[in-house]
Amino acid sequence: MNTIKMKKLIIEIIATLLALALFGVPFYFVVVNSGKDAAAAARMTLSFPETTQYLDNFRQVITASNSMLIRAFFNSFIISAATIIVLIVIASSAGFVLGRRKGKAVNIISFLVLAGLMVPPAIVPTIWLLRTLGLYKSLTGLILVEAAIMFPFTLLLYRGYVTTIPRELDEASLIDGTGPVKMFSLVIFPLLKPVSVTVTIINAITIFNDFVHPLYFLPGAKNATVQLTLYNFMSTFSTKWNLLYADVLIISIPPLIFFILFNSKIVSGMVAGAVKG
Amino acid sequence: MSKSVQSLYTYTFLLPAGVIYALFFLAPTFLSFFYSLTIWTLSEWRFTGLDNFAIFLSEPSLVIGFRNTLVYATVSASLKVVLGFLLAAFLTSELRTKGFLRSLIYFPNIVSTIAVGIMFSSFLHPSKGIVNVLLALIGIDGPDWLGNPSIALLSVALVDVWKGVGIAMVIFIAGIQAIDRQYYEAARIDGASSFDALRHITLPLSRSSMNTVIMLAFIGGLRSFDLIWVMTKGGPGFTTDLVASIIYKQFQGGFYGIATAGNVILFLIVSAFAIPLYRIITKKEVDL
Repeated sequence: MNTIKMKKLIIEIIATLLALALFGVPFYFVVVNSGKDAAAAARMTLSFPETTQYLDNFRQVITASNSMLIRAFFNSFIISAATIIVLIVIASSAGFVLGRRKGKAVNIISFLVLAGLMVPPAIVPTIWLLRTLGLYKSLTGLILVEAAIMFPFTLLLYRGYVTTIPRELDEASLIDGTGPVKMFSLVIFPLLKPVSVTVTIINAITIFNDFVHPLYFLPGAKNATVQLTLYNFMSTFSTKWNLLYADVLIISIPPLIFFILFNSKIVSGMVAGAVKG
Repeated sequence: MSKSVQSLYTYTFLLPAGVIYALFFLAPTFLSFFYSLTIWTLSEWRFTGLDNFAIFLSEPSLVIGFRNTLVYATVSASLKVVLGFLLAAFLTSELRTKGFLRSLIYFPNIVSTIAVGIMFSSFLHPSKGIVNVLLALIGIDGPDWLGNPSIALLSVALVDVWKGVGIAMVIFIAGIQAIDRQYYEAARIDGASSFDALRHITLPLSRSSMNTVIMLAFIGGLRSFDLIWVMTKGGPGFTTDLVASIIYKQFQGGFYGIATAGNVILFLIVSAFAIPLYRIITKKEVDL
């Protein structure tokens, strides 16, 4: 018995060390190297910096190209927040009706939404449409496109939760003579709060980390988002790895804070969305 | 009574969502079928039939995108399935550090793809990168991971696995935790080893999580763009170009018709796999 326990312990220790080496060391590498000078970082070693210059490196990254990064953070926050608000409004109300109703129309709608989970968005026609509407290269345009792209996933989370809310509540408010809008906003929507929280966290991380859609739909220097600046810094700082790592570090801080605060919510939300999809 | 309750579920609630989704997702998708048949400058178009598709199927630098996309999606998805399952089986057993290990392995999921691409571009540096430095310690002369045309695509696929295996793992964990413990007790009483239990209980009863992981990982792989773009830009030459990176290159060149044809091709590839894959794997589900 004791040898079995011993064996288990050894396996556990080896597994933990292996996981630390594979998944911990890469992040440790970024943290130590973002505090070095350019020459030391270029040697790409795991050693601790001999002379740390974190603040200086961060300052250089932040002030580069007329403090582009500050503008980018501002834009990314606006895009994420606005998209999430749009998504919560449209997906909660749609999820409510689709979760309650049955029939052919609902099946067709569900199919169109499910298809949106898999099919890639059509890039150039979207740009053409945004241009026609005067929304190309505008935050509003990107927000609407991001909302359309994240809509299927968000809707599925809401629809799944709506089916767990008893219909007796609807009937009760019908007897009270409450209309649909009032009933939904005062009775149902507050009950959907757990989904709204999950939706906020997951979409915040996804949209903040999004690179492809800003790349296509929001070109131009004043429209930079954090991921676009990080990408552009690759050529600006191609020989200054310390600054590149410092940039990676700064840009990973918001998702990191989310991860620390909402770890279990992120994981359960991702699983719920994935399984229902 | 029930008829009037239906009146509360008014279709007007679908209107805001319907307008945004139809306008910014469905309409461009339908339009892409038309514009893929044209030479297009965004303001003017000229109908050219299937020419754009013919270019895609004959130009060697574009054809390579199909092969690469399939290889990339297959390699990354199958590794995510196998490793995700094994990690989940291990991390649902009694371990002191399992919470920590789960978070650690999941963490790369919330780091942006661009950041991961930059990190691994430096780790895979042929002479100074830590991967080859470590290999040199045990006497192996590491290759130029991203510069050697015959392995660059696989290198990026492995980075994709590193970043994405955590999501596969948590989906499997959810599935494994839903399995009734009684099966394991019965198996133990019958003298089954823990490998037997894994093979004959955990694996078949994780079928629906496995379906989810296969779908997500494979279709995600087919659509991949950002990791390959940050790490190799499709190079060396065109050896790591994916359909999605070709679309971007054609777009940059102003060939909007060809870029849109690429989009339609990606749409068809994804549908061609998604529809039968969905049918096959939902049929095989074990009922117990």
